[in-house]
Amino acid sequence: MKSRALLIVLLGMALAVGPLVTLAQAAGEVYMPILTYRTGPYAPSGIPVAYGFNDYWNLVNARDGGINGVKLVFDECETQYNTQQGVECYERVKSKNPVIVNPFSTGITYQLIPKAAVDKIVIHSAGYGMTAAADGRWFPWVFNIPMTYWSQASAFIKHVGALEGGLDKLKGKKIAHIYHNSPYGKEANPTLETLARKYGFELTLLAVDHPGQEQKATWLQIRRLNPDWIYISGWGVMNQVAVKEAAAIGFKMDHVVGNWWTGTEADVIPAGDGAKGYKSMTFHAPGAGFKVHQDIFKHLYDKGKGNAPKREAVGEVLYNRALINAMIDVEAIRTAMGKFGNKPLTGEQVRWGMENLNITDKRLEEMGMKGMTRPLQATCENHEGNGQALVQQWDGKKWNVVSDWIEPMRDVVRPNLEAAAVQEGGKLGYTMRDCSKEK
Amino acid sequence: MIYREAGQFKTTYGADQAIFPIWQDRWFVVLAVAAAFVVPPLVADEYWLQAVLIPFLVYALAALGLNLLTGYAGQLSLGTGGFMAVGAYSAFKLTTAFPQLNIIVVFLVSGVIAAGVGVLFGIPSLRIKGFYLAVATLASQFFLVWLFNKVPWFVNYAASGTITAPPRTVLGVMVTGPRATAEVRYLTALALVVVFAMIAKNLVRGRVGRSWRAIRDRDIAAEIIGVRPMRTKLLAFAISSFYCGVAGAELVFLFLGSAETLAFDINVSFLVLFMVIIGGLGSVLGSFLGAAFIVLVPIFLTNAPHAVGLALPVALMKQIELMVFGGLIIFFLIVEPNGLARLWQIAKEKLRLWPFPH
Repeated sequence: MKSRALLIVLLGMALAVGPLVTLAQAAGEVYMPILTYRTGPYAPSGIPVAYGFNDYWNLVNARDGGINGVKLVFDECETQYNTQQGVECYERVKSKNPVIVNPFSTGITYQLIPKAAVDKIVIHSAGYGMTAAADGRWFPWVFNIPMTYWSQASAFIKHVGALEGGLDKLKGKKIAHIYHNSPYGKEANPTLETLARKYGFELTLLAVDHPGQEQKATWLQIRRLNPDWIYISGWGVMNQVAVKEAAAIGFKMDHVVGNWWTGTEADVIPAGDGAKGYKSMTFHAPGAGFKVHQDIFKHLYDKGKGNAPKREAVGEVLYNRALINAMIDVEAIRTAMGKFGNKPLTGEQVRWGMENLNITDKRLEEMGMKGMTRPLQATCENHEGNGQALVQQWDGKKWNVVSDWIEPMRDVVRPNLEAAAVQEGGKLGYTMRDCSKEK
Repeated sequence: MIYREAGQFKTTYGADQAIFPIWQDRWFVVLAVAAAFVVPPLVADEYWLQAVLIPFLVYALAALGLNLLTGYAGQLSLGTGGFMAVGAYSAFKLTTAFPQLNIIVVFLVSGVIAAGVGVLFGIPSLRIKGFYLAVATLASQFFLVWLFNKVPWFVNYAASGTITAPPRTVLGVMVTGPRATAEVRYLTALALVVVFAMIAKNLVRGRVGRSWRAIRDRDIAAEIIGVRPMRTKLLAFAISSFYCGVAGAELVFLFLGSAETLAFDINVSFLVLFMVIIGGLGSVLGSFLGAAFIVLVPIFLTNAPHAVGLALPVALMKQIELMVFGGLIIFFLIVEPNGLARLWQIAKEKLRLWPFPH
């Protein structure tokens, strides 16, 4: 009987206290949430990302005292890479007036794109999300800086072309795309199909269902097909399995190229020596050899304030990616402050900052990131920011850059992107804005 | 003292067989529904409506549907997610093909389509029983989700494979799409749930419900007294899938706004089944209590440490949440194996004697 009473009390509490919301943007601060996934099947990918965001924003606060004296405030919300939990997180953080939300999940980005425009919050999907949203005339609130999936896919084809001795040599070659069967994985398909028609290579699309542990059938098809190149769009546990399977069937590893979400330490280490030679795309250099890393060690880890438990986590691929992402957010806020003053900003003002973002080589050097990524510049029309891609290769111990910066085929990507924007924007009942009227 | 039926004489059969024969119950339900319509839109903020109450209502409807099938007709099903997906994708196809069609009508028609699919996948139930049926219905879960992922026609050839709720109005008020306010979405979901709960309540105490329970308790005996198993079981599958289909359509159109097939994966089927088991098999009220438990408790557990000023790392909090939630489920099932609905029943019995128990 007692336990039953306890039960009723528990129920009552759950209903009464319920989801209380705390914290609001205080004066003199800018709030940005970090949507993380440190638990669940995608945690191996989510944890280094969380370290990167925390460390960079902590660094800005510790080293520079915030952005022009305005402190950054941030907290984490756990999504488990699950779209419903992501929406719950977004609704929860919304009351704290965030200026930018980084969903770090293509699925969640798709959920938030319609909502953000109404709530006037910038959605920054750095290197993921909906490619069509890079047309700023249709999607004013969404930014893909530094690059989209489509640009990435075209850069991959350029890389293949370079190694095959020219894009005209691609004719008759067989390329297989193994993708996570979700909006994210499917993103690259339209571009690969366009390029297959243009260059005459034979494209095979192979879907792997969430979460991606089961790939035997896929790799059986690969053996039957025997493609010249394999391109993988995976995430989380799917990546490790794919790399292991590729090694297990004895495929030439330097002809297996992951996209930039399929090329982290966690993806290749489980395959052991079999992963040697495996390549992946990226939009920044790997390693902890840049000045910004020294700053992070000096200001955070030496004082015991680092987010990661071990110093080795600094400089991992996804850690660096989060640094770049966090840096772009900070620079956008800084740009906006140049116009609106050094004070806490609204989402609308930060959106202006994103659209007028111009990160030059000089600025990269000041931040200690010269050579880590390319200069970026966004405009009202172009929410992609003109990033360039690299190819990195795993040597069994670390990732090494093995290509020059690759300029995507913008002449192919951009027209398709604009056509897709008309379609996707139309679905949401959007109209195209006139960029010449923007101040 | 307050809750007493003494003196309430029934003079007609109609009065005797009313859904809520005791006036206290009747008034309580009427007041609760009225409060649900009036209070949250006035006092709740967007977070409460959008992230807490709307999913609660949507899942309550799905749980109600599954409860009809599993709780009343005794057919264990793990295909709920698949049937919800049928509802969602049908609603998307219908409303994009006929934009002028009223969205409520779209929801209902999608429910009918889901019912048809449900009947199809209910056919094995004529031969297979119990846990084996659960495995057979798993097929529908996997097949349907695979189908929507595989055939681009279902998503109108969208490259991403997602379906997005387009803006639609009812009587000039925006109900779906990003510009629809949380209040309107909440009221739409609530109205649908109230209507369907009323229908369910009536169904289960009428001829149909009685034949379901007859089949559940002893199918051979039921057959001997004249209940046709095929019709009864398939009807249970049809009506249950109808509810799940409408819930699936609501999930996309009123809650998420856009969705991929992952929103309807096997976890959803389990979740709804847990709602039914925890809430109480064979109880309309139990469906609501179960949905409230499964939807609200994790959110409460996530926010509780914050509310008391405890700043734990997010990942640790999530893990604690999972552990506590799992523990609570076990605790509840041990303390009250008949579900939360039974607690309510006990409370009513106690109230009847209060304040002078024997």
